[in-house]
Amino acid sequence: MNYLKKNSKLLFPLLLLVLWQMFSSSGFIPPQILPSPLRIVTGIKELVFAGLPPGNSLLLHCLESLLRVAAGFALALIIGVPLGIMVGWFKLLRNMLTPVIETIRPIPPLAWIPLAILWFGIGFKSALFIIFLGCFFPILLSTISGVLSVDTILIDAAKTLGATEKKIFLQILIPAATPSIFTGIRIGVGIGWMTLVAAEFTGVKSGYGLGYMIMVARDIQRPDLVIGGMAAIGLMGYLLDAGLRMLEARALKWR
Amino acid sequence: MTLELKNLCNTYTDESGQDTVAALSNITLTVRAGEFLAVIGPSGCGKTTMLRIIAGLEQPTAGEVFINGEQLAEPWSRVGFVFQEYALFPWRTVSENVEFGLELKNIPKQERRRMALEYINQFGMGGFENKYPKELSGGMKQRVAIARTLITNPSIILMDEPFGSLDSQTRNALQEFLRDVWQTSQKTIIFITHNIDEAVFLSHRVIGFSRRPGTIKFSLDINIPEPRDRTGSEFNRCRKQILDFLQQESRADK
Repeated sequence: MNYLKKNSKLLFPLLLLVLWQMFSSSGFIPPQILPSPLRIVTGIKELVFAGLPPGNSLLLHCLESLLRVAAGFALALIIGVPLGIMVGWFKLLRNMLTPVIETIRPIPPLAWIPLAILWFGIGFKSALFIIFLGCFFPILLSTISGVLSVDTILIDAAKTLGATEKKIFLQILIPAATPSIFTGIRIGVGIGWMTLVAAEFTGVKSGYGLGYMIMVARDIQRPDLVIGGMAAIGLMGYLLDAGLRMLEARALKWR
Repeated sequence: MTLELKNLCNTYTDESGQDTVAALSNITLTVRAGEFLAVIGPSGCGKTTMLRIIAGLEQPTAGEVFINGEQLAEPWSRVGFVFQEYALFPWRTVSENVEFGLELKNIPKQERRRMALEYINQFGMGGFENKYPKELSGGMKQRVAIARTLITNPSIILMDEPFGSLDSQTRNALQEFLRDVWQTSQKTIIFITHNIDEAVFLSHRVIGFSRRPGTIKFSLDINIPEPRDRTGSEFNRCRKQILDFLQQESRADK
């Protein structure tokens, strides 16, 4: 019983997989609808070693998708954090921009795809734009709320110690807003990752990208490869978030 | 460094934006260089507003602040402020907190670290220099806050109920600590408190505010020689006078 409790995290998913495999092997689940777990594992091996299209390994698809996310995320961070701090700090700016932000924000990043293709064509720039939109709003909004929630007494203390407006910005507002900014980053990267894969469905030029790979697998009627690609998306998303959590714990050890 | 307040008034608009509230009315006060002045009075009587105006954090509606005859306009680095809530920067270690004011003056890193360590050791916090504020007790936090203010060498230190949220034992210890700090540094200190015992133990003079709008209604010089005995007859006589004033004020309230 003790053993069960300790390993419930691992045992339950394992049980599901075993049941799934049993139903598949007995022919209860038709393989063209849902392939068996073992079939999917073989599929993933094929994706890694042979590649899809042949020669384009799963690892390279992951890398390409990751680079797209990193680029879009970096852009969102560079624009979102400074803008968020300004909007949080200057009331006039906040009053002016809030209605604009609140109107654009509910538009799903994917709804921008047609416009992105018109503006930038199919390829890296479009993907970058879509990803940027996915990351940008969580980062912007968390930064604004981070600045708004800064304890004013810390600003007063800094002033009485001789801090200028610029120093208050750099030394008080940014560090005080960092926990909130980190929350925005994690949400942003999560949304960005989901958005990217979907954006890759609509087309990539380079021939790489997880979303693109999944669409190729669909075209050749291989559900095992589709699911293998999906598993890669899930795993990568999990690893990204785990990495960010580790970074956050290190950067915010003062909390 | 003499501090003069001349006919200081302050009104503000309340949260509804409808009514104006008078916080201070016609405060005229001179604080001598090196004086330790305690300020008492009912809650919400404008004591804090007065300190904030002296620190340059707020503008008076009318009246002027002079420091050594020089009129004060904006936050002035020669006036230090110690808050009841400590106001330590949580993302900075003890040493980095103490160094903050020196950093703003562009003092080189090694030099400011050396100065900070000197204060930290002298304040009985040796070994805690690399801890974050969350790891400290309330009394320690307030020591760090006092060190952070003192290291910038302000001529006047304003303290807004600095020991208000400490337990009484820590409070007594910090009062003695502050008395020692004051005796060696000879700063001018204005100290808001609700604790009569604290006011008598620490100060040269106690002034009492009326309820809002705050005016100075009471003043008592404390001439008890150091070290002060909290149970001495002179000490008790002073306490009684202050207590009488506060009771009178709260009766006037009804």
